[in-house]
Amino acid sequence: MQKIIKITTSIFFIFILVVFYISLNNTSDYDTENLVGIKLEKIKLESFENKKYLTNENLKKNNFTLINFWASWCAPCRVEHPFLMELSQEKNLKILGVNFKDKRNNALNFLDNLGNPYHYLAKDDQGKQSIGFGIYGIPESILIDKDFIVIKKFVGPLNLEDLNEIKKITNLL
Amino acid sequence: MLSNIGNSLLFLNVIISLLIIYYSYNCLKISNNLIFKKIYNLSLFQSTSILICFFTLISAFLISDFSLINVYQNSHSLKPVFYKISGTWGNHEGSLLLWVIILTIFSFLFLISNNKHPKDYRLYTLIIQNLLILGFLFFILFNSNPFGIVNPVPKEGLGLNPILQDPALAIHPPLLYVGFVGSSIYFSAAMASMISNYNDKPFAKSIKSWVLISWVFQTLGILVGSIWAYYELGWGGFWFWDPVENASLLPWFAMTALLHSLLVLEKRKALYFWTIILCLLTFTLSVTGTFLVRSGILNSVHTFANDPTRGIYILIFLSIMISASVYLLFTKYKPEKSHVSANSKETFVLINNWFMMFYLLTVLLGTLYPIFLDALLKSKISVGPPFYNSVIIPVVVVFLVFMAVGPQAKWIKNRFINLKQLLAILVGAIIINFAIIYFFKSYSVISNLIIISSLFLIISSLFDFLKKSETNLSRILSHLSFGFLIFFIGLNHNFSIEKDFNLKLGETKIIDNYKFVLKDLELYNQSNYKTIIGKLQVRNVITNEERILKPEIRIYENPQTLTYEASILTNFFKDHYLTMSNIDRSEYYNIKFQEKPLMIWIWISTIALSFGGFLSLFRNAKNN
Repeated sequence: MQKIIKITTSIFFIFILVVFYISLNNTSDYDTENLVGIKLEKIKLESFENKKYLTNENLKKNNFTLINFWASWCAPCRVEHPFLMELSQEKNLKILGVNFKDKRNNALNFLDNLGNPYHYLAKDDQGKQSIGFGIYGIPESILIDKDFIVIKKFVGPLNLEDLNEIKKITNLL
Repeated sequence: MLSNIGNSLLFLNVIISLLIIYYSYNCLKISNNLIFKKIYNLSLFQSTSILICFFTLISAFLISDFSLINVYQNSHSLKPVFYKISGTWGNHEGSLLLWVIILTIFSFLFLISNNKHPKDYRLYTLIIQNLLILGFLFFILFNSNPFGIVNPVPKEGLGLNPILQDPALAIHPPLLYVGFVGSSIYFSAAMASMISNYNDKPFAKSIKSWVLISWVFQTLGILVGSIWAYYELGWGGFWFWDPVENASLLPWFAMTALLHSLLVLEKRKALYFWTIILCLLTFTLSVTGTFLVRSGILNSVHTFANDPTRGIYILIFLSIMISASVYLLFTKYKPEKSHVSANSKETFVLINNWFMMFYLLTVLLGTLYPIFLDALLKSKISVGPPFYNSVIIPVVVVFLVFMAVGPQAKWIKNRFINLKQLLAILVGAIIINFAIIYFFKSYSVISNLIIISSLFLIISSLFDFLKKSETNLSRILSHLSFGFLIFFIGLNHNFSIEKDFNLKLGETKIIDNYKFVLKDLELYNQSNYKTIIGKLQVRNVITNEERILKPEIRIYENPQTLTYEASILTNFFKDHYLTMSNIDRSEYYNIKFQEKPLMIWIWISTIALSFGGFLSLFRNAKNN
């Protein structure tokens, strides 16, 4: 009898710990990585500077475009900012920044203080347009090619590894 | 600068812990009953240096040293001093430091306060506690360091989440931590007890005060969290069966069961292994709760930024803890010889433990089931109040009756001599219940049962109090206030009134017996936020009672957030609770009004409940 209890208890704990482990790696719950390979046919974002819209038309000449969702109130956005500054120097890549649920003045101060890596700047005051890109938190970045096909999606702040990967992809041309 | 001091102190603590383990191990080999003086000194040094380390972090917050990434991410130079200080533990890294402080101080206090107990038992406790301390120090140093630096140094911090800028929430984590981190000491003691074969009554005596301390603080911590949820979250409720709330309730059930089983171990030398299991379970549940909250598996107001590496670390720690304790338990377990009579106080205490285990398993199941389902079958469900209410409430009815009857039973062999009195109390409770129903003019079977059973417990406890022979004041007070707690929750839950409607400035609305007028809207600039304050007149047209409520909509800058502050008017009979929220592109405001009877008594009963624990703590200290 005691043996059965011992075995059952051990199995019980192992089961719980294994499930915890699986859940830990399950953070892809809200992930939108399945966007990779899909063509973004109808890009339409309100421009930050004026009342016009940024569409596929504006981006079609670029070999690669990195769409980066950011805000001045977002701490990790500051962390990834130096990497964006570096990427802005890449010749095959243009960066489209989407200012997410932000205040205009705060956003401008952010760019004044830390530098402006964006070739195009759009805004999404209500956070509604970003939904179409599968954004559920910021920062997030989406790398598309000249056919608007999503090559890679980066959830969370870009790091050195991402930086090198983006460089590698864009320099293959 | 502060970063260097902090990091050095953390390293120093690692070395001290290793030294304590080393010397304790050496000391075990010597056959006398004396503990080396240097172990005491090191332990004192350890507590002092970890406190200095914590004060270093507090000072970084106070002087807004944004070179520390932790200060930068969680503070702002314009923040009031009080919230700068509470910001220290309002984040993952800082709160882990608080963990280590409590582990360390409890370790020191246990060492110096248990000098009547044998050397081996104390040293093993110290060794195991220091292994726990080391585990958390490594976690801090390698994964969650509050002294990490950011370069270049930002000019301004990012601020603390506004809904966390609240006095109740500032003291909520420390209280709760003393509770559930405090349970580490009897985890260590239970392991030491098995290793050194130091058991039964003396073991029970050595941990009783610690169980009481952690229970009292856990109770107060849960209370403060509930009060915060009540006035800050704006739903008018105080308990939501949120998984993170449940994580704090699980160790509480285990502690409560442990408190009771200790009585039996102390008086009758029975239930030793059961008590050990509860000691191990309490701290294991505390660490499990920490894992669930910090790994980001659960999402709620408590969730810190997600980082799977944290989860992995705590999970490894948890696995080692569970395997070690289960292994030790299996090797040391011996069936107990003592016989417990079916009708005796021992049995009633066991019944309490069964109920506690039932609640614990119910809440555990409700909390873990969605996680399991998601992990194994990828299907998402949410377990909410209906599950807990329908499983737990009917059982509470029976539980309250046992709570009233149990304490009157005698040890070893009991005979109920006061059946007539119990019957009279029951009849009294039923009569009062119907009077209440008549007064409130509302009826449901389950609420009747809850009210009757809680009144039964209240009246029985009052009778106990009047008996001159009964001296256990702490028990009477705790049981009495638990009876009142359930009684008031029952009344509050059943007889609350809620109205939800839209209103614009100057408009009047009459709903049932109430007349609402939105008289005014004012805009103010505060130091770190802007606020719109509404002035709402609420009039009960039958009693002509008139009250002015002033709900707020706050707009915080750092970080930019909108919060809705409820306006609450409290008196001894009822709370009026009102929240106002703006509706996009409209001049209307959404108003949610609630009348909640006897709300304040729920808080008072819980304070009295924990005060019962305090009394018991004093009595225990006096007896030893």
